[in-house]
Amino acid sequence: MELIIVSLLNGLVYGMLLFMLASGLTLILSMMGVLNFAHASAYMLGAYFAFTISQHIGFWPALILAPVLCGLVGAGIEMFGLRRVHKNGHIAELLFTFGLALIIEKVVQMTWGLIPVPYRVPAGLDFTLFKIYGTNFPAYRAFMLLISALMFGAIWLGLTRTRIGLVIQAALTHPEMVGALGHNVPKVFTGVFAAGTALAGLAGVIGGNYQVTEPAMAFTMGPIVFVVVVFGGLGSLSGCFIASLLMGMIQTFAVVLDYSLADLLKHFDVVVTSTTPFHEVLLVPLSRIGALLPYILLVLILVFRPRGLMGTREA
Amino acid sequence: MSRTLGGRIAVVLIGALIAMIASLGGALAQGTIKIMYTDPLSGPFAQVGDANLKQMQYILDFINAKGGALGRKFELVPFDNKSQPSDALLALKSATDQNMPFIMQCSGSNIAAALIEAVNKHNDRNPDNRIIYLNCGAVATELTNEQCSFWHFRFDANVAMKAEVMVRALPKTTTKVYLLNQDYLFGQSVQRDVKTFLGKVRPDVQVVGDELIPLGKVKDFAPYITKIKASGAQALLTGNWGPDMNLLIKAGIDAGVDLGYYTFYAHLAGGAVAIGPGGDGKVRAVQSFNENIAPEIGNAETEKWTKDFRDKFPFDFYSAGFRTIFEYVQLAVTKAGSMDVTKIAYAMEGLEHKDFLGYDSVMRKDDHQLISEYFVGVFKKGVKYDSEKTGLGWATEATILAKDLMQPTTCKMKRP
Repeated sequence: MELIIVSLLNGLVYGMLLFMLASGLTLILSMMGVLNFAHASAYMLGAYFAFTISQHIGFWPALILAPVLCGLVGAGIEMFGLRRVHKNGHIAELLFTFGLALIIEKVVQMTWGLIPVPYRVPAGLDFTLFKIYGTNFPAYRAFMLLISALMFGAIWLGLTRTRIGLVIQAALTHPEMVGALGHNVPKVFTGVFAAGTALAGLAGVIGGNYQVTEPAMAFTMGPIVFVVVVFGGLGSLSGCFIASLLMGMIQTFAVVLDYSLADLLKHFDVVVTSTTPFHEVLLVPLSRIGALLPYILLVLILVFRPRGLMGTREA
Repeated sequence: MSRTLGGRIAVVLIGALIAMIASLGGALAQGTIKIMYTDPLSGPFAQVGDANLKQMQYILDFINAKGGALGRKFELVPFDNKSQPSDALLALKSATDQNMPFIMQCSGSNIAAALIEAVNKHNDRNPDNRIIYLNCGAVATELTNEQCSFWHFRFDANVAMKAEVMVRALPKTTTKVYLLNQDYLFGQSVQRDVKTFLGKVRPDVQVVGDELIPLGKVKDFAPYITKIKASGAQALLTGNWGPDMNLLIKAGIDAGVDLGYYTFYAHLAGGAVAIGPGGDGKVRAVQSFNENIAPEIGNAETEKWTKDFRDKFPFDFYSAGFRTIFEYVQLAVTKAGSMDVTKIAYAMEGLEHKDFLGYDSVMRKDDHQLISEYFVGVFKKGVKYDSEKTGLGWATEATILAKDLMQPTTCKMKRP
């Protein structure tokens, strides 16, 4: 019981962090069709910006300023880079963002160095909110949950209750039609790309001190975010939300559960011994391949339900 | 007349110039003694390789200032292997193509295993262009046992030695431990050796959890901490390094779990920042060096030498122990009296040397494993030199002398 509740909380925190990262990417991917490899780099930039800003004027201004800076970087990338590359097709865009991700990593390494920077949780939030079965639940995690919930609310309201939101929503499902109706699609694109990057930046601000702020953080977070977006489905914010939580939970519970395929077979009266064919594979516990599970799901969903969990279009 | 005189002077001058260039060319041709250094210098483990490189450069400058060897200076040639064995083999190829006498590699026992095999083959086939492999940190025990090679010299304590030091450091009150390691040659080696020594030295200790994690893939260690806590373990024993170490300890400290951390590599780049003030007195590392050893034993010369490094670089001098490697190389080359690689290798084995901390060490002839002193450090407040500007640093809790670390080897050395 203890294990389940603490793991639920762990999964929730990690899932919400994933959601913050993935929501921006979902907007960008579903609207512009750009598989933005540099998205996790914006997450990293957010963390590093926040670290530098918080050293000078504190964490709270950084919480606002760092995402804004990331948004500006995103707008710049879209206006001066992606827009030109766009006419050469999706492959060019993909390669462009891929190159960009490598460049950003190198720039970060040259600016802030290779070793992690001491970006810490602000003193005001550095206490234990409550203890659950002897495990501390830091206030900062509650703060992360709060920010991500607020963000989910804000995006949802923005998309459903504002005029620009309506245009974006329309462009998510029928991008050609929106253009045909005379909306300034490039401007909307810039806005969406900037907003998506800013969201990733925000995730970086609060994820950077939850984890460790270092140049490899983009590289380690990148792939899983793609899984979330594809799994959740194109053009669906709620799909993305569910997929994020699901991935968070899957990774958390996979670690805690020490079951293998052999244990499953036991229920069918098959006992795996060292003479059974493939016994190496059958005896591997779930916890050892936990990090791989999301990618297995990615492959499965692409084969059996290409539009994702709640997607409205084919991927 | 004056013209011819001027002409003569010009001829003499030109002649002198040519002679100078020729002698300079001779000096250049003799050149430096090159050491190919290959480790990850990009990707998720780049921080480790990069920090190693800077510390080696600093040490080599010092060794060169003391005269190098045979009147020649040492030069380090970095080659990024991106943590891939195939790229490390490219580094080896490049080194042998340029006739370099040494190749050095620290990170990744899987890479080391591939290198040993390739070096063996190369040296068999090319007796006039052999190369010595200086292993500065790939520590899987096998490499100086089943896989031992005449051309391979290991300067870091192997996993079995580190495991013994770690197990002996466990307090008597600790009876339940949890093992968590990276799922590859090195991590599995740690897993096996720690269990072996627990059985030998501390049969009262129960292993309540034994976990392997994919190398460099886990982003959130909170679930592992939950699992460790649920197991009732009092101590976590881990060989993790790089982000796998930093994220693990950070998650544990954040969750406030009452746990002692016994690590192989918490003292490397990024470790101190990840542990932070919350880890005061909780984290231990088995280490070949920390910056507080010299002041603790009153070695002013070494203290000044390490302090000079700190003034120059923004990170800790945790790998100052590399100095022993270069001193051994310097001694062996001088003893061999030539750059004949086979002679140098013969000169190196069995070599004894008092290291820069003043302790005895020996490059054991049987398996080419350096046997030197080893330390257990605890990360805490109130030390003379802190780590990564955290205000906390490593204090030496135990010193194990070389003579107490002479573990048996199964190596059957084949000599050319």
